[in-house]
Amino acid sequence: MSTATATATHDEHHEHGPAKGLMRWITTTNHKDIGTLYLLTALVMFFIGGAMAMVIRAELFQPGLQLVEPEFFNSMTTVHALVMIFGAVMPAFTGLANWLIPMMIGAPDMALPRMNNWSFWILPFAFTLLLSTFFMQGGGPAAGWTIYPPLSLQMGDGFPFMIFSIHLMGISSIMGSINVIVTILNMRAPTMTLMKMPLFCWTWLITAYLLIATMPVLAGAVTMLLTDKFAGTSFFNAAGGGDPVMYQHIFWFFGHPEVYILILPAFGVVSSIVPTFARKPLFGYSSMVYATASIAFLSFIVWAHHMFTVGLPTVGELFFMYATMMIAVPTGVKVFNWVSTMWKGSMTFETPMLFAIGFIFMFTIGGFSGLMLAIAPADFQYHDTYFVVAHFHYVLVTGAVYSIMAATYYWLPKWTGHMYNEKLGKLHFWLSTISVNVLFFPQHFLGLAGMPRRIPDYSVQFADWNMISSIGGFVFGLSQLLFAYLVIKTIRGGEQATDRVWEGAHGLEWTLPSPPPYHSFTEAPVVK
Amino acid sequence: MKAVRITRYLSAVGVTGISLGSGPVLADYALNMRTGATPTSAQVYDLHMTIFLICCAIGLLVFGAMIYSIIRHRKSRGAVAAQFHESTTAEIAWTVVPIVILVSMAVPATKTLLAMEDTSDSDMTIKVTGIQWKWKYDYLAEGISFISSLDPKDNEARQLDSGVNVAGIDHYLRNVDQPVVVPVGKKIRFLITANDVIHSWWVPDLGWKKDAIPGYINESWARIDKPGVYRGQCAELCGKDHGFMPIVVVAKNEADYATWVAQKQADAKAAMASADREWSKEELLKHGAEVYAANCAACHQASGKGIPGAFPALAGSPVATGPVKGHLDTVLNGRKGTAMAAYRDLLNDADLAAVITYERNSWGNDAGVVQPAAVKAAR
Repeated sequence: MSTATATATHDEHHEHGPAKGLMRWITTTNHKDIGTLYLLTALVMFFIGGAMAMVIRAELFQPGLQLVEPEFFNSMTTVHALVMIFGAVMPAFTGLANWLIPMMIGAPDMALPRMNNWSFWILPFAFTLLLSTFFMQGGGPAAGWTIYPPLSLQMGDGFPFMIFSIHLMGISSIMGSINVIVTILNMRAPTMTLMKMPLFCWTWLITAYLLIATMPVLAGAVTMLLTDKFAGTSFFNAAGGGDPVMYQHIFWFFGHPEVYILILPAFGVVSSIVPTFARKPLFGYSSMVYATASIAFLSFIVWAHHMFTVGLPTVGELFFMYATMMIAVPTGVKVFNWVSTMWKGSMTFETPMLFAIGFIFMFTIGGFSGLMLAIAPADFQYHDTYFVVAHFHYVLVTGAVYSIMAATYYWLPKWTGHMYNEKLGKLHFWLSTISVNVLFFPQHFLGLAGMPRRIPDYSVQFADWNMISSIGGFVFGLSQLLFAYLVIKTIRGGEQATDRVWEGAHGLEWTLPSPPPYHSFTEAPVVK
Repeated sequence: MKAVRITRYLSAVGVTGISLGSGPVLADYALNMRTGATPTSAQVYDLHMTIFLICCAIGLLVFGAMIYSIIRHRKSRGAVAAQFHESTTAEIAWTVVPIVILVSMAVPATKTLLAMEDTSDSDMTIKVTGIQWKWKYDYLAEGISFISSLDPKDNEARQLDSGVNVAGIDHYLRNVDQPVVVPVGKKIRFLITANDVIHSWWVPDLGWKKDAIPGYINESWARIDKPGVYRGQCAELCGKDHGFMPIVVVAKNEADYATWVAQKQADAKAAMASADREWSKEELLKHGAEVYAANCAACHQASGKGIPGAFPALAGSPVATGPVKGHLDTVLNGRKGTAMAAYRDLLNDADLAAVITYERNSWGNDAGVVQPAAVKAAR
């Protein structure tokens, strides 16, 4: 206990690798381990949410009710969305942030490693709470992922558990975002100015600010739902002096930036991959930064385009229509810059590039339907129909999810040291791409023909496209098993990957060995 | 040969575009919105097609460039990567040009929206109330009021494991027991609200939908040019039977409309009068069965057994076998904090007496008869 003994013990500095067994994963503060935890959890949640989608498409395969009661169907659509948004896409992007940001900026780890551990471990609890509501009286949430009152207040015993689960998810995101911002602003290698850092880091920096600004607003909205149900408040009850539409304003003030939270990291991933496989620098780096920042700013002033049919004052409808249309400008700038990166490059089409190019094509299609939706008088016909469902699945599945898959194929050799099987990767891409279009493209037609959302059964004139969509859904769902197989196989073994992995890859992470050491960049690198 | 390929591709797209733009398409495999039955719906359709075609043109350019690049600028073809990576001119150009295109879209969009929002100088008003899971219509000036529910035949067919082939039912899930009848050529103002949760009233052929929000009244209007039957349904998730709340609007010429109005007013008088006489038990039970099927069975089920945990059973229930006063109060005023709505404004005295009698005498219940006069007294 004397000072001398303490000093002597301290000098026996042992090389500590990760702890062994389960405790390693529970107590880890290492950004690589936490990144892996997030990514694998996201993969599991992707299949859980996907299973719910299969129930939906199975019921909608034919007109008439064949499989499930209407209320259970509503809970499938609700929880499918909650799981995919909060359990699959957001954790996957956070996993990518954890793995990549420190390596990309030459930092040894995230700025706040212990908070990082908590940020992850909240999530399994949050989702256990959410999914447990299915076993309670009244069943799981069935008012849509947007949980509008008064309908959401009719939910059974699971209601407070759902609210608490949402709070937990929000806390996880806020803590993760604080970590991202502090890390990026403080721990970049000395010569890496902000305008030299990879675009993926820029997109996550901006996303983190969006999360911190908006998750508390969601927390406020769901807390008001809670007090309306249990504490006698009337925030959303007209008889008590409140307004159901106020919930929609508060929710969508969160909800619209949320969808940009779901896509900005995707833009960062695509901006990393295309230059590598075109063997050409990203076109218009500074414009890409400004465009991302513009999109983030604009995302705060467009929320009521989700509410065009509630009876807004005319001047409000016009304002939100114009502001929403404006977002097409910076988004278009990004697409043009990606195409210009491809232009006159020397392209090869390995699996990451296939997914990245697929993203650019199909996200753009989603962008076009988004522009159509922005036109308020036309939106009166599109709102709450399958046209909207088609739009957001194009931007979220062939957009966000494709970018996550692209990122996985791109960086898995770095993370694991093993090359994935390229033939199987390409097969996964083509199966997915063909089936995802069979699944979602006909939904544009269904919406235009007059089919509303969130219905378990429909008029017979909608039958043909629904059957086709469902077939696409089943094939798409099955194809993702191939992805899971590939990921697990590559983790366990495969052809040894080089440091650089891809011929055209540039960036600090490609200067590290594959896999990188448990602690990398313990000394700051020099960036030219 | 490249030019020929491109031309063929363009003409295929053009043909598709034209066929999308033409009027009625096949009911099945329908690809596009319809032009509808009102000047508004036609304006909305034109706006929709304009934006769509502009998007197609931009898409052709962008995807064309991508496809060209994918083919030409590949390593396997010996392409050597250029190293250019910025151009301020390009950035300015592809910022300014899209802004110009957007402004050109915003002008017709604004015009259409302003026209749609103008409900002044209407010829008649219909109040629409969304209720879980039916619509109520009140013609304010004409003194007509009725509930419009999913047609009983459709309702039976749509039950899980009904065994009915729904393809054999015409306009399955878009039939109602009482349609909304309106005159052609008149500007009809709709006042839209709800009793319980948010619904949305949508008939695509009218060109718009409007949310029905409890405690608030939204306004919209339509002028239907041609007689016909126009169908729609609820378009805001409102609970388990959201998919089973259709809307049928029947537009008649002036003479036929006047006949319908007179008939409805006479029916209303007769219903009022029927409340003043004594009904036999058989009459009450027969009418009560119909009212129950249309209004109560969705939750309490045809078997009277309800859904445990969600909707209470009426078979052997203390309310349906206990004092009439309690039963009347529950049906007339609903149950706060539950999905049980107040039926005092939804059903007349005869309907209420019939359904209460039916509930008190079915499924093993044997708890006496309730006359319309008793309902009137209890209000």
